[in-house]
Amino acid sequence: MQIRQTYPTQDGLARAYPAPRRGIVGAIQNWIQKEGSAYGFLSIYALLFIIFIVIPVLAAIGLSFTFFDAIQPPRFIGLTNYIALITQDDTFMKYVLANTIQFAVIVGPGGYALAFMLAWMLAQLPRLPRTIFALILYSPSMTAGVAMTVVWKALFSGDQTGYLNSFLMGLGTIREPIQWLQSPQYLMPIMIIVTLWSSMGIGFLAMLAGILEISPELYEAAAMDGMSSRWQEIFYITIPSMKPQMLFGAVMALVGTFQAGAIGVTLSGSNPTPQYAGQLIVNHIEDYGFLRYEMGYAAAVSVVLLLMVLFFSRVATRLFGN
Amino acid sequence: MMSSRMNMNWYHRYTGVRNRGINPQGFHVSQIKFYILLVPLAAVMLLPIIFIFSSAFKPPDELFAYPPRFLVVNPTFKNFTDLFSKLSTSGIPVSRYLFNSILITLVTVGASIIVSSAAAYSLSKKRFKLKQALFAINNVALMFVPVAVTIPRFLVIERLNLLDSFWVHILPVLAMPVGLFLLKQFIDGVPDEVLEAAQIDGATDLEIYWRIVLPMIRPALATIAILTFQAAWNNADISTLYINTESLRTLAFYLSTLTKTTATGATAVAGQGIAAAAALIMFLPNLIIFIFLQGQVMSTMSHSGLK
Repeated sequence: MQIRQTYPTQDGLARAYPAPRRGIVGAIQNWIQKEGSAYGFLSIYALLFIIFIVIPVLAAIGLSFTFFDAIQPPRFIGLTNYIALITQDDTFMKYVLANTIQFAVIVGPGGYALAFMLAWMLAQLPRLPRTIFALILYSPSMTAGVAMTVVWKALFSGDQTGYLNSFLMGLGTIREPIQWLQSPQYLMPIMIIVTLWSSMGIGFLAMLAGILEISPELYEAAAMDGMSSRWQEIFYITIPSMKPQMLFGAVMALVGTFQAGAIGVTLSGSNPTPQYAGQLIVNHIEDYGFLRYEMGYAAAVSVVLLLMVLFFSRVATRLFGN
Repeated sequence: MMSSRMNMNWYHRYTGVRNRGINPQGFHVSQIKFYILLVPLAAVMLLPIIFIFSSAFKPPDELFAYPPRFLVVNPTFKNFTDLFSKLSTSGIPVSRYLFNSILITLVTVGASIIVSSAAAYSLSKKRFKLKQALFAINNVALMFVPVAVTIPRFLVIERLNLLDSFWVHILPVLAMPVGLFLLKQFIDGVPDEVLEAAQIDGATDLEIYWRIVLPMIRPALATIAILTFQAAWNNADISTLYINTESLRTLAFYLSTLTKTTATGATAVAGQGIAAAAALIMFLPNLIIFIFLQGQVMSTMSHSGLK
């Protein structure tokens, strides 16, 4: 612990840096004096953080090496769950992993790129229209989930009173109403559209703020040096100048993508989804954990999910970190 | 140079360099291409939201009209009166769910502001050995996906005897790494000199935190309030997973039961109207709060960089 700065002689000085005490009790008192209040301010958050984030993650890792059915105490079985996941779980390999990757690749980077391009366009509008557009684009993400299910169910309703069916039948594109949310071939695209629609969240706002913060002189200097293309501007000035916001946006996009996994079950109304068409890794965890009570196995899937998020955020850090 | 620009005619004003590029003051022809792209996109993004408003006020014959009409023709408050005169299948009036949601959300938002800002103050302005390490841990936790650990979380909550209690709605939401992160970044912008001056004047730590730091970080507090509001108000999962007593559940939960039953025949006719009304009640507070606080949110977001 070093004193960063020395003050001119003042009354407050003596209280701010009291003379060190000796002995073990004195050392503890010194510590309380110096660092006690720092931990005091942290304590409630730290406690909740440990209880609701750290312990559950550690417990998931621990349980993933056990057989646990929620009735008998967990029994240690080593790597069996992981081996079963890779070698025996056909559903996981055939549908869940493929779906998750397809969904994550489109919604993650796709939604992220879309958020950046929209933020970039908005930044070039005057304040009032910018604020209005930002509000419109952000609004779907503020209520993602419950309230929106009402909308999607009506829009994609399987009978002729569904808006999409009625619209397409009116155009003559289709003759019979399509069961959008129950058809394996349509469920995934609808999930992707719905998630993209609500993906202009906090990361989008951060990137918008980041673009607006960049000093105009950087652009002027580049223009002097002969940079004329907008694309060059984006890649050589805009993005490098706001790397921290880009990284924040990337992490938010990533978490949002994996967190959105329940959408398939919400839309189709069943877990597993019709022919596993919309089955994502999150649904697989729920399927094994809450429907089959194979909690050890579900925990192993959770660990795989957390590792995937960690891996992708490493990639993002590589791209945008220092 | 500036004054000559001010005097230019409108043609030069809208085609000159001044309103071109990032953060312009006014309109410029170069902005037209963005409007051409953004207006249709915004319209599409807005459709589901217009739909929520429109169907909440639709009378039954319009809700089930064929061909379906997007906009309401004869608006009525019938869906809302139906919603509040209705008992849920287990005999709880809907107003009870609404009351629970309001109370839970208010307590969560208030507690979250205090808990996160106190921790952020410590991580930003205090000097202690583990500071960097703890902030790094919180940054890793930004990537935390709560749905992944639903089961172990359930076991922890069960052990703590929090199942089926009021507090289980609140406590898990308070540990919000994004909130702490944004607050800490914002407090970093408060000059150390201000706090040191107060310390020399004899202010205690608590006074510095309460009287100086909190008032200076209002935009960040507004942002945390919005994020916590959304997390608490829209939360149906906690009621589903950790609550068995119907009278402790929230409006978001009740709405999720409505959308489930509308998939099947008879209840659908009555259900769809009140579901639309409930959806509007769920959505509207999010929108209103964000409209009021959006300026503050944007100024917080410019501190959001993750290094």
